[in-house]
Amino acid sequence: MTGGQERVDGWDKVTGRARYAGDHAVGRAVTAVPVRSTVARGRIVRVDDGEALRQAGVLAVITPDNAPRLAEVHDAELMLFQNHRIAYRGQFVAAVVATSRQAATAAARLVRVAYEQSCHEVRLSADHHRLYEPEHLNEGRPAGTSSGDFAGAFDAAPVRVDETYRTPAVCNNPLETHATCASWDNGRLTLIDSTQGPNTVQNVLAALFRLRTDHVRVICEHVGGAFGAKGAPRANTVLAAMAALVVGRPVTCSFTRRDMFAVAGHRSPTIQRVRLGAHPDGRLIALAHDAVAHTSTLRRFAEQTAAAARHMYAAPHRATSHRLAALDVPSPSWMRAPGYCPGMFALESAMDELAVRTGVDPVDLRLRNDTSVHPETGQLFSSRNLAACLRSGARLFAWAGRNPAPRSGRRGHWLVGTGVAASTYTADVAPSDAAVSVSVDGRYSVSIAAVDVGTGARTMLRSVAARELGVPASAVEIRIGDSCLPRAVVAGGSMGTSSWSWAVIAACRDLRRRVRERGGVVPVTGLTARARTDAEVAALADRARFSFGAQFAEVRVDADTMEIRVPRLLGVFAVGKVLAPALARSQFVGAMTMGLSMALCEEAVTDPCSGDYAQHELATYHIATHADVQDVQASWIEEEEHHLGPSGAKGLGEIGIVGTAAAIANAVYHATGVRVRDLPVRPASLLRAHRCAEPSPHDRGDRGNAAEQP
Amino acid sequence: MNATGNTSAAVRLRVNGVVRELRLDNRTTLLDALREALRLTGTKKGCDHGQCGACTVLVDGRRVYSCLLLAVALPDSDVTTVEGAVRDGRLRILQRAFLDHDALQCGYCTPGQLCSALGLLIELAAEGGDGTAPAGAVRERMSGNLCRCGAYTHIVAAVTAASKTIAEGTP
Ligand code: FES
Ligand code: FES
Repeated sequence: MTGGQERVDGWDKVTGRARYAGDHAVGRAVTAVPVRSTVARGRIVRVDDGEALRQAGVLAVITPDNAPRLAEVHDAELMLFQNHRIAYRGQFVAAVVATSRQAATAAARLVRVAYEQSCHEVRLSADHHRLYEPEHLNEGRPAGTSSGDFAGAFDAAPVRVDETYRTPAVCNNPLETHATCASWDNGRLTLIDSTQGPNTVQNVLAALFRLRTDHVRVICEHVGGAFGAKGAPRANTVLAAMAALVVGRPVTCSFTRRDMFAVAGHRSPTIQRVRLGAHPDGRLIALAHDAVAHTSTLRRFAEQTAAAARHMYAAPHRATSHRLAALDVPSPSWMRAPGYCPGMFALESAMDELAVRTGVDPVDLRLRNDTSVHPETGQLFSSRNLAACLRSGARLFAWAGRNPAPRSGRRGHWLVGTGVAASTYTADVAPSDAAVSVSVDGRYSVSIAAVDVGTGARTMLRSVAARELGVPASAVEIRIGDSCLPRAVVAGGSMGTSSWSWAVIAACRDLRRRVRERGGVVPVTGLTARARTDAEVAALADRARFSFGAQFAEVRVDADTMEIRVPRLLGVFAVGKVLAPALARSQFVGAMTMGLSMALCEEAVTDPCSGDYAQHELATYHIATHADVQDVQASWIEEEEHHLGPSGAKGLGEIGIVGTAAAIANAVYHATGVRVRDLPVRPASLLRAHRCAEPSPHDRGDRGNAAEQP
Repeated sequence: MNATGNTSAAVRLRVNGVVRELRLDNRTTLLDALREALRLTGTKKGCDHGQCGACTVLVDGRRVYSCLLLAVALPDSDVTTVEGAVRDGRLRILQRAFLDHDALQCGYCTPGQLCSALGLLIELAAEGGDGTAPAGAVRERMSGNLCRCGAYTHIVAAVTAASKTIAEGTP
């Protein structure tokens, strides 16, 4: 139950009144539908738009030969129809604008594109000839780090784990596909867009179309999920704006579900080698994490897969590295907890393997390797409560007394097992602005270009402002989702809450001071206070800033079919101050559910022949549904955080997906004795391993320490 | 699509109790008819392929994926969408339960989840039983409605609670 904290926009959402980008376009815009490349690498030789143009309702066909010229921006995925090069299958190569979506879709099939095709490479491997070490990772992180003498210490370590883990490409697939409605008026562009960052879209679109920033307005009232996929503009936004320019009327463009797999971004597949060298009591001596991922030929996206290994556990000798291969694939992009999510699958699986090899309880093992300073840099943590999460989780989950032997938990037809993994994510903050006004009749209004992508940002900001102003929440109106409002950081990177609430709190405090200065009297014209947090954010103390958590999973595996069920998932997190408990719980539970989905269902595999994903719809790309999800519980510990702004809150939208897959895979090992290092965990992998391990199909059960099968 | 012959047709639908006369391109799905012709944008499109459930509405009391039906093939049907709550007290109770259990995040799957839940309660009532929806039945029978935000546990709690309220006859 929500404990009385109902979402501000909840009633609009349950009655269908909440309007998303695609809803705004209805009745006012014509439609642009893209034509997609059918080759994965090559050149466009010719586009024949004759037949398409003859269809009723068709207004224009945009091709590389007639498209308006765009100014160059950093993300080459946005340079639509600016040249004839094909970088991946599914890339937009032309578009039809028509008076109805039916007409545009039908005409798009009639646009004939001739290609000159080259050989493509779409499959990542650990020895791919295109692999290189990027100059740096996203957000300027170093590609490699090392301290001590890893190689020497690892070789000499009494207990060693040296394993390779793989995660597949996965797609964000928010339920609302990306949608935009664009209109031009006197050289000014207005976009109703499904985005996490109206200011980001505003800046990028202004650059592309050579406009003054304040001549672009981006509105995103409600967004139907994003998970990183809407963190920066995508082709739909550019196409809508371009098409509206061409036909001189408002144009809408929405991705189809199929488009989501190609042009909306995805989490890169990874191949990760983790090496752990330890004392017999489990204390780490040496730790190395080497990650391989892909990017596209259009854009270098260098994800921080091994970043968590840099701060999770103490070890005197350590190293991390990243290598990338630029393949003929769509550009990967952010997906919930980029880097940390796939990286912690590998690291936390390896920690479980170390627990098995040393015989140390997996919770204890993590406690023994906890650290009070950043093990690479020596920095203090702004706050670090991994140990408290592990202890609290172990208590709530009733972990104590667990028999560590694999296959020791058989109950009737089910092989039952439990597993644990740690969670972590960055806890950042970025400068934002905010304005707070009070009217003479005591109504407050908070303005900030923040976005609610389902996190409950509106509700959270309202309760923060009401608390700060000392008024009931019902007296506060929240205005977000519009680039015209005071500038704000994107709703991503788990920094929305800390960053926005800082600016809002500062503005509220300033407003109260002003009202006090006037003897508590608000003038008839009202009063407004504005805040800008750049200076304060820049002046933050030097600390390592992360959130932490621990996740526990129980799995049941059918002894015959190896079907995997997850009857119980529990997460305990340390995320600073929790500002809105009901919303926080939904975020944690939702992210853990997505983690369960990652563990058991999701993968997008590139077909080496066509260069396309074998999965590009929800019938073949499975995501967890009602029947897959049973008891998912989340809680948190009280944590004091003094180095992240006045709210004391760390972001919490992403950490819930970090560690879930490892906890489940570790529980599967405990249940079956089969170590799966290759996501998703499939019944087929378990069956294969069991067939290898078992001399007779009838000899099941009391196998005890069944052999590990890779 | 053949460019000759009749490419559009007249159809009469009763939507949330109101009779609507429409002339539609034959290719128009019920989902597009609701959203684009009738401007009832509460019903959402998540895939347009019958794979996500965002477009779930009730046709003659049965839950359907509106993206899989052609509107012109449904003459005189009775359609209930999320906007039809005023007519159906049970939908109202479900909406209230969704808010109480925070059974939504982005809200994009929510109209479909609500209509699917209403359809499920109608099915359970028709099958006999006391009218309440046990959690296991909700999980199994609402699996055609995806929620990428992962609100499942809260949705199940909301539907179960709403079914009890409805069964007790206390609005
Ligand atoms: S839109 Fe109809 S099932 Fe997805
Ligand atoms: S609430 Fe976002 S998809 Fe269900």
